[in-house]
Amino acid sequence: MKDDTILKVTNLGVRFDGSGVLNNLDFSVSRGDVLAIVGPNGAGKSVLFRALLGLIPYYGNIEWAKNLKISYVPQKFSIDRELPLSTEEFLKFKEKGNNKIINVLKSVGIGAEHKNDSEHYMRHVKQHVLDQRLGWLSGGQLQRVLIAWALLDNPDVLLFDEPTAGIDVGGEETIYNLLKKLHYERNFTMMVISHDLNIIYKYADNVLCINKDMVCYGIPAKVLDPSSLAKLYGGEAGFYKHESHG
Amino acid sequence: MLQLTVGVLIGSVAGYLGSFMILKRMALVGDALSHVALPGIAVAILWQFNPFAGAFIALFLAILGIWFLERKTELPSETLVGIFFTLSLAIGLLLIPDHELLEALLGDITQIGALDVYLSIIATAVVFIVMTKIMRKLTLGIISKELAQSMGIAVNKINFLFLIMIAIVVALGLKVAGTLLMGSLVIIPAAAAKNVSINLSRYTILSVIFGIVSAGVGIIIADYFQLHPGPIVVLTAGVIFIATLLFKQK
Repeated sequence: MKDDTILKVTNLGVRFDGSGVLNNLDFSVSRGDVLAIVGPNGAGKSVLFRALLGLIPYYGNIEWAKNLKISYVPQKFSIDRELPLSTEEFLKFKEKGNNKIINVLKSVGIGAEHKNDSEHYMRHVKQHVLDQRLGWLSGGQLQRVLIAWALLDNPDVLLFDEPTAGIDVGGEETIYNLLKKLHYERNFTMMVISHDLNIIYKYADNVLCINKDMVCYGIPAKVLDPSSLAKLYGGEAGFYKHESHG
Repeated sequence: MLQLTVGVLIGSVAGYLGSFMILKRMALVGDALSHVALPGIAVAILWQFNPFAGAFIALFLAILGIWFLERKTELPSETLVGIFFTLSLAIGLLLIPDHELLEALLGDITQIGALDVYLSIIATAVVFIVMTKIMRKLTLGIISKELAQSMGIAVNKINFLFLIMIAIVVALGLKVAGTLLMGSLVIIPAAAAKNVSINLSRYTILSVIFGIVSAGVGIIIADYFQLHPGPIVVLTAGVIFIATLLFKQK
């Protein structure tokens, strides 16, 4: 492994009940990079994350750099509205220190409108976020809280599975801008599963396209060409492109 | 006085455990499991050993069986619990002597000895200690199994430990409410507490309080009017539940 390589994957595959869900993946991630993972539904993107985290059996090789702290936010993180758990209790499952919690909430932009008045800020965040049921937060707020949760123990690597699922279009851009800002400030390595190609062009250093097999891997502007998109999404992407030009 | 002590202990621990059973959407699992205890009680009566031990062993075996079959057959646990429940009820009804049947089905806290008191104190303490230790991991597993696993939490192990705690509490509660009504002792106080709680600490504390009040008030009323305590305890819990509906958090 090279010095700045944080993850090296060779010939990785996963089988469920004898059929290949992922086959022959080869890629690596350098420290501080943003790797986007794209592919259609059922392409094995979430399975890849679970294999990387060692939660499911796989074959091939997954080699992480030593002593890494990895944070993971799973997909479709819907919280039951009826669940009696406050945001504060949820965050304290990971980190007991009040100051740390407040600081990380600030950095993910919670209560940003009151940022300059610290007393007012504390009251606002306590009342509208920390003391609320986790399931009562809006989609965007919940996503910020989850990002805060992931950041609480200062991870070296962040794994996000569709960080904008269930958030409206305007909100998506904001969440990605936030991730970009945090990535710049804290310099962690990030792997993001996303379906939005625009986002990938804008934010990712490298992209990995999978549809059970590896379809493309490299710098987005270079490897995301029409032929690999067609291979990835079949006719659908072609039609979409045609429409947007027409 | 003895029965009040035991009743209140069991009410508190059933309320606490029940709060997590509701979060795990296992309310009816607890209800069905309580019926599994019947053949255990029958065997204990026939061979003359403590019915608590008989009930616990039957519950433990049923839980092991469900645990095992769930992995082997991929049938959902509610199907398996349903099967175990009816089979056990059938076996229990065949085995148990007629004059003991009513006590096994409804519970009878008026027949309590010193051993029952010690047993209740120890079992209650064990369940409270274990639950306080695993509640963080258990709750994270409820929110998201993957999230918990990615943090290195052995979710399956925690769930198994939780099932054992259910077996202890259900076996313990049979004395108060019997196999027919024990399920309600874990479900109703917790459901009532959930209505009026925003956060977990208030929810669990209220579950315990509602469990204590249901058992305590129920036993006192039953004693005063010379009624069967089990159904009165459950009805008291029901009244609390209805009252909390008026203050439901939404």
